[in-house]
Amino acid sequence: MRGSSVPPSGPAYPGRVSLAVRVIPCLDVDDGRVVKGVNFVDLRDAGDPVALAAHYSSSGADELVFLDISASHSGRSTMVEVVRRTAEQVFIPLTVGGGVRAIEDFDMLLRAGADKVGVNTAAIARPVLLAEAATRFGSQCVVLSVDARRSADQPSGFEVTTHGGRKSAGLDALDWVRRAEDLGAGEILLNSMDADGTTAGFDLAMIRAVRAVTSLPLIASGGAGEPEHFAPAVAAGADAVLAASVFHFAATSIGAVKQTMSAAGVPVR
Amino acid sequence: MTRPRVVVFDYGFGNVRSAQNSLLRVGADAVISADPAEALACAGLVVPGVGAFAACAAGLRAASGPRLIGERLAGGRPVLGICVGMQVMFDAGDEHGLVTEGLGVWRGDVTRLTAPVLPHMGWNTVIAPPGSTLFAGVGDERFYFVHSYAARAWDGPPGAATWSDYGGPFVAAAETGALAATQFHPEKSGDAGLSVMANWLAALR
Repeated sequence: MRGSSVPPSGPAYPGRVSLAVRVIPCLDVDDGRVVKGVNFVDLRDAGDPVALAAHYSSSGADELVFLDISASHSGRSTMVEVVRRTAEQVFIPLTVGGGVRAIEDFDMLLRAGADKVGVNTAAIARPVLLAEAATRFGSQCVVLSVDARRSADQPSGFEVTTHGGRKSAGLDALDWVRRAEDLGAGEILLNSMDADGTTAGFDLAMIRAVRAVTSLPLIASGGAGEPEHFAPAVAAGADAVLAASVFHFAATSIGAVKQTMSAAGVPVR
Repeated sequence: MTRPRVVVFDYGFGNVRSAQNSLLRVGADAVISADPAEALACAGLVVPGVGAFAACAAGLRAASGPRLIGERLAGGRPVLGICVGMQVMFDAGDEHGLVTEGLGVWRGDVTRLTAPVLPHMGWNTVIAPPGSTLFAGVGDERFYFVHSYAARAWDGPPGAATWSDYGGPFVAAAETGALAATQFHPEKSGDAGLSVMANWLAALR
């Protein structure tokens, strides 16, 4: 009999289907090499981004972020090659950011096998880049990266910074997130410059403030130092949690973080 | 062991490279092509798709996609749609009131999900029907989704749809005859996704 079939129901159904909070390691890559690389026992070359990406993927990472910190033009073409090789071996989503200036950079990275492209300074300089990228490639691959810190100069008390937090962009962080969503960004990567490097925990107040103004998925970054830090970021409104050094220096592992999150009632993969 | 020839249909939308990489990993002779003769001759055709329904449907039409897919399905030759490549198999897509005609292989419309946070981005669980080819031997796994729209009702044969839930149930995968499709990205769903790809490939041999 043909007819409109309904989804399975019953007591077992609702609890079984839920979106997991993503745990995302971030790798800083300079001219094709991982900066601050660590020696995991199963890695021969801790500086190889492809090997490290594969390691994290098999350790349970839900996504990966490569941040290209190369200063040189040749570093950028090296990055495209790194993305291509990673996409051949690692079958989880890959976001690449750092030095993305123009629509051509999106095109090159997506063609190489990146799933999403993170843009920061270039979108501040020319916000319409977000709209152009969303129109051409779809919002789902446009990640707005925001480096924010507290500032009395902005109405919300949070301002956008550039140059790794050294310069003010003169923008209210909450206004910027709202505007980016309107322009077509598909996800927000929020890095608290106040919490970054402290290893004292995520910036919960900043996460709450940004969560309140956007319906886009929100990745919280900055401040993670131990497994107990992650669940509070989720409670504050993060859909995903990102960290770098806490994983690289083997202070903790993806598995330990997920176990601790799960014990706190957060759904994880 | 034979390596079935699979064409990842390159009509300008979708991460064709990742689809090809995952197919190569599970043993396909996978190529990226928009050549109609190749798309007809291969053992399996993969139709990827990201972004807007309207843009994908237009791209597919410009590349003779509807004719090629129609001919394959009429001859019982497998096609796998991924993400928007699944959505275009339905009658129509409705994006903020902009209604775009789909291929109409499956009845029903693709509409916006209702959830506080969109897109639905990340790893979610699914409930597959007994006898599913794609999910054979795949246990309680999570798959990677990125989308704001989905088929929220299923009017095809009962038991052909796999369901997930994000602010309400939606069709996460469907399998009827030679046509299979997933709303999630099997090529980005780790080992669980590779198992789905391998199951689809095994049915081509």
